Amino acid sequence: MDDIIELIDVHKSFGKQKVLDGLSLKVPRGRTTVIIGLSGGGKSVVLKHMIGLIKPDQGQVLVAGQDITQLDDRELNQARRRFGMLFQDAALFDSMNVGDNVAFPLREHSKLNEKDIMKLVTEKLAMVGLTGAEVKMPSQLSGGMRKRAGLARAIALEPEIILFDEPTTGLDPLLTDAINRLIKDTQERLNITAVVISHDLAGAYRIAHNIAMLYQGRIVASGTPDEIRASQDPVVQQFIHGRAEGPIEVL
Amino acid sequence: MHLTRPAWRRRLSGLHKKAPSAGGYSLSLTAEPGGGARLVLAGRLDLGGLEQIEGDLGGVWEQTSPKRLVVDLSGVTYLDSAGALALGQLEQQAAARGVELAYQGLGPAAQGIKGLLDWQGLARQPLIPAQRYAGLLDQLGETWLAVVRDVYLVIAFLGEFLAACGRAAVNPKLLRVSEVLLYMEQVGVNGLPIVGLISFLLGLIMAFMSSLQLKPFGANIYVANLVALAMVKELGPIMTAVLVAGRSGSAFAAEIGTMKVNEEVDALVVMGYDPLVFLALPKVLAAVLTVPILTLFSDLMAITGGLVVGVAGMGLTAGSYIDQTIKSLNSGDILTGMLKSATFALLIAGIGCQRGFMVRGGAQAVGTATTSAVVSAMFLIIVADSIFAVVLHYAG
Ligand SMILES: Nc1ncnc2c1ncn2[C@@H]1O[C@H](COP(=O)(O)OP(=O)(O)O)[C@@H](O)[C@H]1O
Ligand SMILES: [Mg+2]
Repeated sequence: MDDIIELIDVHKSFGKQKVLDGLSLKVPRGRTTVIIGLSGGGKSVVLKHMIGLIKPDQGQVLVAGQDITQLDDRELNQARRRFGMLFQDAALFDSMNVGDNVAFPLREHSKLNEKDIMKLVTEKLAMVGLTGAEVKMPSQLSGGMRKRAGLARAIALEPEIILFDEPTTGLDPLLTDAINRLIKDTQERLNITAVVISHDLAGAYRIAHNIAMLYQGRIVASGTPDEIRASQDPVVQQFIHGRAEGPIEVL
Repeated sequence: MHLTRPAWRRRLSGLHKKAPSAGGYSLSLTAEPGGGARLVLAGRLDLGGLEQIEGDLGGVWEQTSPKRLVVDLSGVTYLDSAGALALGQLEQQAAARGVELAYQGLGPAAQGIKGLLDWQGLARQPLIPAQRYAGLLDQLGETWLAVVRDVYLVIAFLGEFLAACGRAAVNPKLLRVSEVLLYMEQVGVNGLPIVGLISFLLGLIMAFMSSLQLKPFGANIYVANLVALAMVKELGPIMTAVLVAGRSGSAFAAEIGTMKVNEEVDALVVMGYDPLVFLALPKVLAAVLTVPILTLFSDLMAITGGLVVGVAGMGLTAGSYIDQTIKSLNSGDILTGMLKSATFALLIAGIGCQRGFMVRGGAQAVGTATTSAVVSAMFLIIVADSIFAVVLHYAG
């Protein structure tokens, strides 16, 4: 199976704080990979490396075989065309209403006319359960609604790879399930590659083809959901069973 | 049986506190046979008394160097984690001196409290270094370094901005004209009232003050020259620039800074937009196009202010005042004034955007960037104005 994204021995520090310490990770094409790990462990940083928002101090980031750390701005922009991304706090444009936010990538990157764009926007918003929210401003939305609007924007262009930074954190159980189903459907229907950061293990088992666990700046375990569940690694065990005691120092 | 040695008992008088009062504690140190010592603690060992307890316990080692120290806690009525911390430090000090330390009267409750302390965690280097008070020379050096770094960042931004201008020039579709118009309205139209008011008052004051000086010489009419020349050449561009820096430079920094904090800038990049072309260019362009016009308006309002004083206070006619004003000005002065203000606008908007893009962190960083945008803009305006003064002197 070929890997569309591959991180090889990536190191990244912010000041004195070492966030990634020789991380290697393969993301297979056309699959859903879920990254789990502690809060503040660097999961968002991993995602930002994949899309070239952060450059590693050392190491390679291959996207479709091309090392994006070596690209200039224009080539990097070209490489980013493959991606859609949902940011952790949605990163909606505060000055635009929800409809314009979702339409934003379509206006830039597609040759659709305005009527078709608006139709697509309505459709995407319906998919995330935000029918009729087009004219609302982001500041009028709750955290969960913002996240869903961000999700609609991320999938608007139906890109080849979608990065989801905690798509279900902070949503109620019903919406969590709906969003997980949406990610799974989108992935299967379009056969895209999805990379999802999640704290919702039940959902992760359902949507993931692969689960990778990030701990202390590295991937300490990766495999199918069944393999992860059966893993004897004490760190993984502690995390998936949600215990405060164990090798991971929680406090 | 307590074998007390009066010599150090006396020296310990500071350590000796009998009869614990409510909320207080007491400590007494006595020697024991065989080179040991006994430390009796009683009362409350809590956060409120931590500083004193720590000091007293540390003082124990100055008074005695026993082989063995027995710490009697049976009189302790209250122990919290701060008290336990003080005890732990005593243990560490004892260990460092090779003194054997034993507790007496350490009940299960007290043991539980002591167990709360994570000594490994306390021993770890804190991530935030303790506040360091640098010497004057250090501070001077650091400030200087910060300034150099800042200048470097501004120059780097300038380079990137020029590259962005180049990209937009090659592909004009990238520039959002609607945004340019929006910011022209914000900077220009919305700035008219305050710029107009301040300039009018400035003209009024200038005319009034100078008329007092010129009246004795019968040179009243030259008030018109004075107001017109001062405004058009110097004060108009400067006043307008200062107001624009306060109104719009700060707004640009806050807007971009907030977008940075919310990761909106990252989102733009991910969607293939160039944040400089998308966010900075419309603002800078709008400012450069609008501020010179705003400056002309400012000149006009100041001259009106002067006119009011001339007509109402000095017995000039409106016609002669206007005539004199027109005679005193030439188109070169007006043009250099506008060129100046366009340069100021470039600096104000540029530094505003740069400060915005430098924001990292949260709301506080946005505030800092906003302040810095205004202060830096003022500084740059003055520097640029001085350069203009020198260049125009030699060129003219
Ligand atoms: N741009 C940045 N500058 C400085 N520190 C950062 C930056 N991005 C992330 N960090 C730090 O890296 C660590 C990991 O962050 P993050 O990837 O957001 O964690 P999470 O796993 O919760 O997504 C955090 O301690 C954070 O403070
Ligand atoms: Mg995160």
